Amino acid sequence: MAKVPIWDLPDVPTGELPPHIQLQRTRVFCKSDAPTNTENIQYSGAYASMGVDNSLRLDQFRSNFKVEVMRLNEDDMEFDMIGIDPSIANAFRRILIAELPTMAIEKVLIANNTSVIQDEVLAHRLGLIPIKVDPRLFDYMSENDVPNEKNTIVFKLHVRCERGDARLTEKRRLTVVVLIFNWLVTEWYFKMAMACYAVTSDELKWLPNGSEFPLAPENSASNSTSRPKTYTSFSCSQDSLPQFSKNPITLKHPDIIIAKLGLGQEIELEAHAVKGMGKTHAKWSPVATAWYRMLPEVVLLQEIEDEKATELVQKCPTKVFDIEDVGKGKKRATVARPRDCTLCRECIRGEGWENYVALRLTIESTGALPPEVLFTEAVKILEDKCER
Amino acid sequence: MELGSVQDQSASTFSLTDEDHTLANSLRFTLNQDPRVTFCGYSIPHPSDARVNIRVQTTGDPASEVFKDSCQDLMLICQHVRSTFDHAVTNFKN
Repeated sequence: MAKVPIWDLPDVPTGELPPHIQLQRTRVFCKSDAPTNTENIQYSGAYASMGVDNSLRLDQFRSNFKVEVMRLNEDDMEFDMIGIDPSIANAFRRILIAELPTMAIEKVLIANNTSVIQDEVLAHRLGLIPIKVDPRLFDYMSENDVPNEKNTIVFKLHVRCERGDARLTEKRRLTVVVLIFNWLVTEWYFKMAMACYAVTSDELKWLPNGSEFPLAPENSASNSTSRPKTYTSFSCSQDSLPQFSKNPITLKHPDIIIAKLGLGQEIELEAHAVKGMGKTHAKWSPVATAWYRMLPEVVLLQEIEDEKATELVQKCPTKVFDIEDVGKGKKRATVARPRDCTLCRECIRGEGWENYVALRLTIESTGALPPEVLFTEAVKILEDKCER
Repeated sequence: MELGSVQDQSASTFSLTDEDHTLANSLRFTLNQDPRVTFCGYSIPHPSDARVNIRVQTTGDPASEVFKDSCQDLMLICQHVRSTFDHAVTNFKN
């Protein structure tokens, strides 16, 4: 009998899983009624009997992990992470939503508000406006801190709606038709111009010198400083700081309608913005939202031809399938754009195909910071948590 | 804050304050991948308190060592993710 090295014997485990278990390990199946196999096999010894090491080696992770950016704008980005586990992806998502700091208006000092919008509603709306400034340049402000130029941004809003204002727009026209029920039909048109002036967010002016409202009561005896005490004590103008002299602090969208004023109504207020995290209140969340999903992989179990192929192509609402002409006039369906598949399972309703789902991540952000910076910040935050 | 080690060094519960699923789930994942770990899980005693209990049982090694190692692993994973991401973004921009 010839000597065969032991490694070539077919029943010695070669260190690889049989293909169906490999499939089970890396993919989530999406059947017509429910997804199956959603749990990750994380336990390191899970495949010990097969001789395969399921543990995470750092170098293995490094060699397998890839990032591909699909789309990158000023406001949002979409990218794929291949080879990462959903628990870490979810941690990134949670940090992006809740634990990245931003600046948002927190305290509103209202001097005069004769509009129909209540004070608290106005303050709430002001808080939700995104401010275009890098939050890393500011410190957090705790309860005992005095607001100074390191932790507060001050905005001022002073608008008044006058008669004959160029910004008035004609809002409503009331038509009244009056029928007099003898032989004469008369119509009167009443034109009631209800003028409204919409206060947009570009009316909010940045005050680099701090608050202008004097702190009451003003004690004349302690008037040692030439400047009256205000609600904030800026020791130097924010304008003079190098970061801000070139880029003044503005709001991200200048066309957000804050309130609407009728004739003779006025709003005068000052808004102080501080640094905070999304955990405390959603206004401090730097992203509109961030989400991830697994990349779908659609596998056709059988050859689909001819009328079934055209039927399949029509069924899918996001046009995942394409027809490929194989010679002799037969048509065959192929999967052209698996990324567009929204897993609606419309195609499975007929017969048996299968959808598998692999792993990708999409993040959309709004904002003050460009999205890639946000993501790196998020990763840094996760690291810092580990260090504790 | 870590506390709650028992006489038996190879199995203990770590109670972390001011944490939630964000860190706990990723730590649990990296702990599971470590071959020295026989059991690992986390629980949140009450959702209103920001407290997480992570339970680690190992094959003989002291549990705090294993826990620290997996925290280090998670940090390295994050650093690697960050550098790969930066490369990908610069490649995309060019």
